[in-house]
Amino acid sequence: MALKIVKGSIDRMFDKNLQDLVRGIRNHKEDEAKYISTCIDEIKQELKQDNIAVKANAVCKLTYLQMLGYDVSWAAFNIVEVMSSSKFTYKRIGYLAASQCFHEGTDVIMLTTNQIRKDLSSPNQYDTGVALTGLSCFVTPDLARDLANDIMTLMSHTKPYIRKKAVLIMYKVFLKYPESLRPAFPRLKEKLEDPDPGVQSAAVNVICELARRNPKNYLSLAPLFFKLMTSSTNNWVLIKIIKLFGALTPLEPRLGKKLIEPLTNLIHSTSAMSLLYECVNTVIAVLISLSSGMPNHSASIQLCVQKLRILIEDSDQNLKYLGLLAMSKILKTHPKSVQSHKDLILQCLDDKDESIRLRALDLLYGMVSKKNLMEIVKKLMLHVDKAEGTTYRDELQHTCNTKLCNCSTLILLRYISILVELTRLEGTRHGHLIASQMLDVAIRVKAIRAFAVAQMAMLLDNAHLLTGNMQRNGICEVLYAAAWICGEFSEHLEDPNQTLEAMLRPKVATLPGHIQAVYVQNAAKLFATVLRKHEGATDSQAAQETSQLLVERLPLFVQSANLEVQERASCILQLVKYIQKLQQKDVEVAEEVSALFAGELNPVAPKAQKKVPVPEGLDLDAWINEPPSESESEDEKPKAVFAKEETKHSRPRHTEVDEKELARRREARKQEQANNPFYIKSSPSSQKVYQDAPGVEHIPVVQIDLSVPLKVPGMPMSDQYLKLEEERRQKEKAEKKKKEKKKKREKHGKGKKHDSGPESEEDITPAHHVDIVTEEMPENALPSDDDDKDPNDPHKVYDIQGNLQDGSQVVVSVIFENKSDSFLKSMEFNVLDSLNSKLQRPEGAGPHDGLVVPFQLPPGVSNEARFIFSVQSIVMPQKLKGTLTFIVKSEDSSTHEKLDFKLHFTCTSYLITTPCYSDAYAKLLESGDLKSSSLRLEGVNMPFHHLLARICFHHHFSVVERIDSCASMYSRSIQGHHVCLLVKTADQTVSIDAKCDEPSLLGNVLDEIKQTFSQC
Amino acid sequence: TIRFILIQNRAGKTRLAKWYMQFDDDEKQKLIEEVHAVVTVRDAKHTNFVEFRNFKIIYRRYAGLYFCICVDVTDNNLAYLEGIHNFVEVLNEYFHNVCELDLVFNFYKVYTVVDEMFLAGEIRETSQTKVLKQLLMLQSLE
Repeated sequence: MALKIVKGSIDRMFDKNLQDLVRGIRNHKEDEAKYISTCIDEIKQELKQDNIAVKANAVCKLTYLQMLGYDVSWAAFNIVEVMSSSKFTYKRIGYLAASQCFHEGTDVIMLTTNQIRKDLSSPNQYDTGVALTGLSCFVTPDLARDLANDIMTLMSHTKPYIRKKAVLIMYKVFLKYPESLRPAFPRLKEKLEDPDPGVQSAAVNVICELARRNPKNYLSLAPLFFKLMTSSTNNWVLIKIIKLFGALTPLEPRLGKKLIEPLTNLIHSTSAMSLLYECVNTVIAVLISLSSGMPNHSASIQLCVQKLRILIEDSDQNLKYLGLLAMSKILKTHPKSVQSHKDLILQCLDDKDESIRLRALDLLYGMVSKKNLMEIVKKLMLHVDKAEGTTYRDELQHTCNTKLCNCSTLILLRYISILVELTRLEGTRHGHLIASQMLDVAIRVKAIRAFAVAQMAMLLDNAHLLTGNMQRNGICEVLYAAAWICGEFSEHLEDPNQTLEAMLRPKVATLPGHIQAVYVQNAAKLFATVLRKHEGATDSQAAQETSQLLVERLPLFVQSANLEVQERASCILQLVKYIQKLQQKDVEVAEEVSALFAGELNPVAPKAQKKVPVPEGLDLDAWINEPPSESESEDEKPKAVFAKEETKHSRPRHTEVDEKELARRREARKQEQANNPFYIKSSPSSQKVYQDAPGVEHIPVVQIDLSVPLKVPGMPMSDQYLKLEEERRQKEKAEKKKKEKKKKREKHGKGKKHDSGPESEEDITPAHHVDIVTEEMPENALPSDDDDKDPNDPHKVYDIQGNLQDGSQVVVSVIFENKSDSFLKSMEFNVLDSLNSKLQRPEGAGPHDGLVVPFQLPPGVSNEARFIFSVQSIVMPQKLKGTLTFIVKSEDSSTHEKLDFKLHFTCTSYLITTPCYSDAYAKLLESGDLKSSSLRLEGVNMPFHHLLARICFHHHFSVVERIDSCASMYSRSIQGHHVCLLVKTADQTVSIDAKCDEPSLLGNVLDEIKQTFSQC
Repeated sequence: TIRFILIQNRAGKTRLAKWYMQFDDDEKQKLIEEVHAVVTVRDAKHTNFVEFRNFKIIYRRYAGLYFCICVDVTDNNLAYLEGIHNFVEVLNEYFHNVCELDLVFNFYKVYTVVDEMFLAGEIRETSQTKVLKQLLMLQSLE
């Protein structure tokens, strides 16, 4: 033994310490990777030694390597070893390594719970401190649940150093384990008035963060914070408090009024720019939330604008940027106050920092008025030429395009030329926008048509200049407008022949279909104009040449793959051929051809339809046909499922209906939405529905809660769905399905049973079973988790306010099989409740009492028992520890035995196979309320339908639609979350794009799917 | 809240990486590279703020080192900018005229400094004297 120690310390002399490692890396710049791999080999050797000092040194080096991006996850267990050293130096190294390397997926974290608990309660405050710091980085939901109480106790530690840390870490604990918020909140609130200012500010920090997520619940603390604000001198704390008020005022306008005065005082007095900026921002927010009517409003706004001007004028770029940012907020409600600083903002366009230019442009966009338009346009045009940076230039063009119109003709002339100039710039994304603006202006304003037509003709003629990069940039959309304008207003053309020729060039065929179609149609219009011109001059030769040109060129379009182009082209070709014949007979045709395109297109005012009188005898409210029973989404356009589609250029013409009709329709739609389980309402409205639910007003309003895990958008919907479900259940079909499902589950459970081989009673080694589904179970029990939401659950209202008694229920059916030769009786089933999941016990039973299993088991017999759990949050998988106690009765003796097990509630087990129609599915995806995530599986070697079947079976999905090697799937959680998958496969790689209204649930389900496939 | 703190040199070598949000290792390296790419192209004429994914980065350059803090968009830019400076002043005091090599060879001490000043993504202590006193106490325990 002694020799070993000596040997150990001699070895140590040759070990590298951290300094050597760092130096070594610096000296091996060329072959760093190789050097590090030898170092890692050495470290592996060092970790094998018993000497803790050597291990700590090795772990310290690993932490450094981890920072440089090397994988050290293999050493997780060694890190835990070092963490549990009793010597502070090593402990600290261990915790540092853990905080850098551990994450929720690290499985050894489970082993640390007791060590951390020990360190937290250590008499040495530095042990406690180091444990808290480490915990803040790697806390997992499990750790949070197990240690919440310990940390809560530390919030009242005698040392402010520890109190402060504990308070801050509680925030992380709340995030991971929201149930802890309610019991911990009173103490947290208490800490706002802690004698130590550091602890106070920590509490302010935590509450501000919580309030930012869910401000409503923290309104009651406003007076306390108000007191803190007027008394505190710590700028950091002030900033946090003021930010908090910024979040609260929209909910309580009276608060805003009270705030204005102290805030303006601070603005006047403070020298700290960060505080000044926060005050200005909050004042702006307050003023926006207050409806006007307060006399000293304008004074406050003036003060803000003045201060912001000082910021913008400052030579510090940061202040300039922030000043502009805040200014744009004022602009929305008080444009006049900002407009007077136009000069300053125009100057900022010359700034070297692109982000400042973008901000300035943003402001200008909102400032344009009739008076200052020309000046701003001039300035902007100068900038378009020299603008650098694509974002900036796009932004610039966008501003020009959308904002600077609606004015006099003179300006419009200029505008057209601006638009034309804009098209010359490469790399714009706004081709489409420019096109629609051109059309708009040309149609609306007669006076400028001639000018516009001339410009457009020029554009058509030079189309080849644009086409170089057109496919990429969509600038070719401009040609769409150009062709149409030239055709429609062809009387203004100077040389229609040339334009006609330009429109029929072979290169046109490379343009997108819809543009070609416009080309063809307008070529015909031009042709009519040309004919008329020539017949007027009795120049039949020229007219015939033109016909010939069309006859030669049009076949190109007749061959087009685009139906529209083809149709129009062949139609017009025949027409021209006919005209050609007539021309050869010297018949005058120009008048008749022009008549084809007679009549002028006028812009229609959006309200025009309203002015059309309803014809007598027409009842708009009457149904034309019987109302369709299920019209869920017939009026919806089908959209691409997972890809966002850009809005196309169709301008919808609204048909106006009277108020009554509108109200009626709205009502009908609401009704329909309410009955549609797949319709997800936007969260504010769902919340409203929620508040309207009966019974909720009776809940005492002490609203403290983390919004994130508890707010379940669409939740009320699923309740109503349940009601519907019950009605529907009477139908046979649903009944059948339900039965089928149950059968399947049971089968599933039994299938597992065969996995566990028969074992004799002596071999029982309980207590180490990690997972009942995957792990082998010894002899006599085989719990299999199964779940089913009880549709008759009387607690239909899921309480967002945090009234947590009414959660979801999960029924777990456990099959007990006696594989021993003895008789088993007096079985008691017990589970250690977590705050999230609780076993429902009969009234009067304590929280730790077990449930009696209502049967006895003779040898070789199996039976099933059901247990009900109430579950709060289903977004995370859970493992519950439990024990089964029973009496083994053999012929001459009876012994009391115990069996430990774990119940694994996977996220999948919260999903219910729910059929979904493809239109409802599309609507769901369109709603935009879903978060997306994706997964790739490599090397999956199975037919696609097997793959789908596997997902359906193991993860409770149903296939919505399948096309070739692509399928959409749907499932719904017991709390009404929608989970949508798009599964695609291509040579052994499967990609799954998924969407769900609860991102963490989705992540966990995807992980479980991944696991399913990694096992095969 | 702070999402992560990075110290990098101009070549992109990480000198400190403290994460207050869970990322896996690949994602961390990607973030480190992205931050480096975003920050190093900016010069003194630029602001010290960059929009970054859904967050923003507040950074400050000291000699060859970039100190970057990634925070939420709603956070106060100037406060965190001052926070960085405060942090650097503490480092300077603690290492007596800090230079890049100090950070490299004592990387674990730098983490200790970070942990004394920031915790769980919040600014924990701003008083330099308090932080330094605490750091000396911790050092004496070694």
